[in-house]
Amino acid sequence: MEHRQLKEIDFEPLHLKQSEAEKIVGESTSYWKDAWRRFRKNKLALFGIIIILLLAVLAIMGGPISGHNYYENQLLEANQPPSGTHWFGTDNLGRDVFARTWYGAQISLFIGLMAALIDLIIGVIWGAVAGFFGGKVDEILMRIADVLYGVPYLLVVILLLVVLPQNLWTLIIAMTITGWINMARIVRGQVMQLRSEEFIMASRSLGASNTRILRKHLIPNSLGPILVTLTLTIPSAIFTESFLSFLGIGVQAPLASWGTMSSDALPALQYYPNQLFFPAVFICLTMLAFNVIGDGMRDALDPNER
Amino acid sequence: MIKYLLKRIGYIILSLFLIITVTFILMKAAPGGPFASERASTPAIEAQMNEAYGFNDPIHEQYFSYLINAFTFDFGPSFKYVGQEVTEIIGRSFPYSLILGLEAIFIAISIGVLLGVIAAVKHNKFGDYLAMVIAVLGISVPSFIMAAILQYIFAIYLQVLPIARFESFAHTILPAAALATTPLAFIARLMRSSMLDVLNRDYIKTAKSKGLSERVVTYKHALRNAILPVVSYLGPLVVSILTGSFIIEKIFGIPGLGSEFVVSVTNRDYTVIMGTTVFFSVLLLVSILIVDLIYGLIDPRINVTSKEGNK
Repeated sequence: MEHRQLKEIDFEPLHLKQSEAEKIVGESTSYWKDAWRRFRKNKLALFGIIIILLLAVLAIMGGPISGHNYYENQLLEANQPPSGTHWFGTDNLGRDVFARTWYGAQISLFIGLMAALIDLIIGVIWGAVAGFFGGKVDEILMRIADVLYGVPYLLVVILLLVVLPQNLWTLIIAMTITGWINMARIVRGQVMQLRSEEFIMASRSLGASNTRILRKHLIPNSLGPILVTLTLTIPSAIFTESFLSFLGIGVQAPLASWGTMSSDALPALQYYPNQLFFPAVFICLTMLAFNVIGDGMRDALDPNER
Repeated sequence: MIKYLLKRIGYIILSLFLIITVTFILMKAAPGGPFASERASTPAIEAQMNEAYGFNDPIHEQYFSYLINAFTFDFGPSFKYVGQEVTEIIGRSFPYSLILGLEAIFIAISIGVLLGVIAAVKHNKFGDYLAMVIAVLGISVPSFIMAAILQYIFAIYLQVLPIARFESFAHTILPAAALATTPLAFIARLMRSSMLDVLNRDYIKTAKSKGLSERVVTYKHALRNAILPVVSYLGPLVVSILTGSFIIEKIFGIPGLGSEFVVSVTNRDYTVIMGTTVFFSVLLLVSILIVDLIYGLIDPRINVTSKEGNK
C-alpha cells in the first residue's frame, strides 16, 4: 500500500443523497464470472488447460510436421533411438514414433471426448427425468440404474468387444453402456434439490410447461456439478481406452493409440525403454491435465467453497 | 435391518441374473465358435462336438440349463483346454489373485491413509504439497505404466526384485505395488479432505484444550472419525483391484484369475468366460454389500436401513 498524505478535506463527510449513496456502482458478478475468477487463481488448473490445448494442437499438426505417417514401416530403420529424422525414434517395425504418438493422441482424445459426451447426454436426460417427476418414474429409472451399476463395468466392456465388430464406435458404445449412471445420479440429486425451490414454483405459476422448467431452470442450475463430472469422466474414458488397447482388445492395428503403443513397447522394455517412454508420458500428462482441470472446476463451481 | 438386507440381496440377484443373461446372449451372438480353430475338423466331428456340448438344443433350453448351471456354479469343461473343468481353473488361479489383491489392498490403505493424514496435519505446508503431488501423480499414471516403470527400475536397472512370475514373497512386491497405485492415490485424497474437515470440529478443540498431546488428538480422536470415507471407498477399491489384475497379471506373468479371464476372452473359451464373469460379479457384489454393512456397523450415526443412509 502506498503512503498517502492525508489532508483536512479527507475527513469531511460526503454530501450525497440517500438514494445516490445506496446506488450499486460495481458491475454485478454472475455465478459464472465468479467461478471463472476463482478458477483463474488456480495455477495448476490453468496449466492443465494449456497442456490440453497444446496436446490438441500437436494431435492435429504433429503427423504432418514430422514428415512421416503412422503406418509406414521401414524395417531397416527399426528400433532407432530419437534422432533428427525420427524425433521420437522408431518402433520394432520401423514406424515413426513421433507420428504415431500424435495419431494416437487423436484417437485417445476422440474416444475420451465422445464417451464423455454420450455419458453426458444420456445421464442428464435420465437423471433429470427421474429427479423431476419423482415417485414411480424415479423409482423405476433409478432401480434400472442400480441394477446396471451392479454389473462390473470392465467385464461388460470386454465382453461387448469380443462380440461386436472391433472398431472405434464399438469401443465408445461399450464404454458408455454403464458409464452414464454416475452422471444420472448426480443430475437427479441436483434436480430433486432444486425442484422445491421457490423460483420453480414461480415459473410454474406463470404457466411454464415441464419441459420448459427442465430446460430453462433445472438443468442450467445443475450445470456446475455436471461440468465437473464431465471433466472427470474424460480421463477415466482415456484410461479405459488405453487399458483395453494395452490388453489387445481395444483399438486395432493399423490404428494406433497410446495404449497399443505402450503394449507394443513392453516386450523390448529392457533394450528400448524410449519406445515406452513417449506414449506413457503422454497418457499420464493427459490424465493429469484433465484431473487438475476437474479439481479446479470443482473448487471454483462449488458454492459451498466460497 | 433384515428387510434392508433382503432388499440388497434381491438387487444382487437381479444384477447377477442380468449379467448371466447378457453373457449368454453375447456368447451366442459372438462370431467364431469355440471349435473354429486353425485345425479344420471334419463336419462329422464338428457335428458330434456340437451335440456333446449341447449346441443343437433349442436356444431357450440352452439358456435354462445354463441358468441352472450358473446358479449351482457348474460351468462344465473348458472348450480350449481339454479335460479341465471351469471350476477347477477358477479354483487353481484364484489363490494367486487373492494374495496379490490382499497385498495391494493393504498397501493402498496403509500408505494412502498415512499420506492423507500427513497432508492434513501439515496443511498448506511442504508435507501437504508433497503428499498431494504423489496423489495426483498416482491418479494420473495408469497401473500398466506404473508396472512397466517399476519393472524397469527395480528388476532391470537395480536388479533387486524379480521381474515376473509368482514364486516367493519378493515376486509379489512389484505387482502389488503397481495394483495399489491408483487406489492409494484416491485414498490419500479422500483421507486428506475428511481429516481436514474433522480437524476443524469442536470436539478436536475440546480434546486439545484438555491438554492432550498433538499425537493423541490426531491419531486417537481425529483419525478414527476421519477414516469413514475410506471405509466407504472399500467397495470401489475391490473393483479397482480386481479389474486392475487383468492387466497386472498379464504384465507380470502371474497365472491368476485376471489373466485367465483375458486369455479366455482372446481364446473365445465360452465356458471359462462365463464362469469367470459370474465369479467376478458375485465377488464384487458381495464385497460391496459387506462394505456397506460394515460401514453402518462402525459408525452408529449412519443407519443403512433408512432412506438417507443408503444413498
